[in-house]
Amino acid sequence: MWTFFHKLASPPHFYRLARALTPWFSVPGYLLIAYGTFAGLFLAPPDYQQGDAYRIIYVHVPAAYLSMMAYMVMAIAGGIGLVWRMKLAHAVAASAAPIGASFTFLALLTGSVWGRPMWGTWWEWGDPRLMSELILLFLYFGYMALRSAIDDTAKADKASAVLAVVGAVNVPVIHYSVEWWSSLHQGPTLVREGGPAMDTAMLYPLLAMILGFTLVFASLLLRRVRAEVLHRERRTRWVREMVLSPDGKL
Amino acid sequence: MSAPEYTGPGLLAGLAGMIHRDLLLVWKRPGDALNPLFFFAMVCTLFPLATGPSVEQLAFAGPGVLWVAALLATLLSLNNLFLGDFDDGSLEQLLLSPQPLAILALGKSVAHWLTSGLPLVILSPLLAMAYRMPVDTIGVLMVTLALGTISLSLLGSVGAALTVGLHRGTALLSLLALPLAMPVLIFGARTVSLAAAGDVYSMGVFALGAYAVATVSLAPFATAAALRISNE
Repeated sequence: MWTFFHKLASPPHFYRLARALTPWFSVPGYLLIAYGTFAGLFLAPPDYQQGDAYRIIYVHVPAAYLSMMAYMVMAIAGGIGLVWRMKLAHAVAASAAPIGASFTFLALLTGSVWGRPMWGTWWEWGDPRLMSELILLFLYFGYMALRSAIDDTAKADKASAVLAVVGAVNVPVIHYSVEWWSSLHQGPTLVREGGPAMDTAMLYPLLAMILGFTLVFASLLLRRVRAEVLHRERRTRWVREMVLSPDGKL
Repeated sequence: MSAPEYTGPGLLAGLAGMIHRDLLLVWKRPGDALNPLFFFAMVCTLFPLATGPSVEQLAFAGPGVLWVAALLATLLSLNNLFLGDFDDGSLEQLLLSPQPLAILALGKSVAHWLTSGLPLVILSPLLAMAYRMPVDTIGVLMVTLALGTISLSLLGSVGAALTVGLHRGTALLSLLALPLAMPVLIFGARTVSLAAAGDVYSMGVFALGAYAVATVSLAPFATAAALRISNE
């Protein structure tokens, strides 16, 4: 068990493992997204209230979920890096930030596009979830700004990890803000007592999209961590040997 | 073999010593505490100049304007929280001290609140009356400001500790601290608005109080960790 963790933390071993694992996440992920897109756009029935406009949830919900998920990955990886001094965990945290920020932006964009026909406005200031998603985007920006402001990688790792852990206190506030302030936003329909309040023909494509987005997120994260590890280890022998080897592999 | 026994001052003495030292520093150079206060009053003056002197509009915008101004003023003063100590090397002495760094960080935050948060609370009724806010909401404003600025001082100390010694620290501090401070702003301003509208507002006060308790108990540890990282 412990040898497995020690092996995992060694950069060349992780690099090889990540390269082998990436297709196992990306291929099913993209297949699920393809199914979810088709089923969500053509097979799912229109909503009796919102018509076809609701179909944007097939992008909006997974993006919003991953925007928070990526933050948790970042904060937990940062915390592991702080406590156990694991350099690889810091590389994971650094790689998760830009992906999370992109998903946050996507969630804001799709929410705004959905809000135009539903609320009659691109931007509804009164909605707490919209606002907290925007705060989350700013948290990502702060994290990335702090990281780029410190030249020393080891110091940047630790300082940004402290910021990520402190910011993680805000993620539950974001999640429960929907209950704290009454709003125009839809109440939760997916996770609630008595099962989802949704027709199965609408639900299955959504679940497929959520799972697909998560798998694609994992594969993107693995790719970014690989690039990050290569960059950090650029002066070591295994990287030089790998680059110089005939097929470019380890 | 047992560790050599520590015979220096205890935790409370360390905390009190830290508070005393920082208060004394501000007493010798009162500008550090007064400038953010003037800034607070000035921002509150700018808003009517920008939006027009309509009384209903001012009473409506009052809680929000006061809260945003208080947030910015606190941020302004946070910049100097560790800067002086960093420049003259006393920060390193704090790091070397046998007292737990978190206790000293708490002491610095307490002194910061006493010299920045508390004056804002005391000045706020004057500005609230200028904004024609209902008299019975002024108490709510003061309570929320008092609880909220405690959280701001402590949350901000983490950001100040992370950015101390960085070249572009000032702008970065705002970028780090403002998103963290937004829940405080939302609860504070909304609570005062609710009170002004005659609604039930206790929920917001409780939330602010809970947030203040959480930051007082947790933030000093994060600040201590950040100070150690910044001074490696």
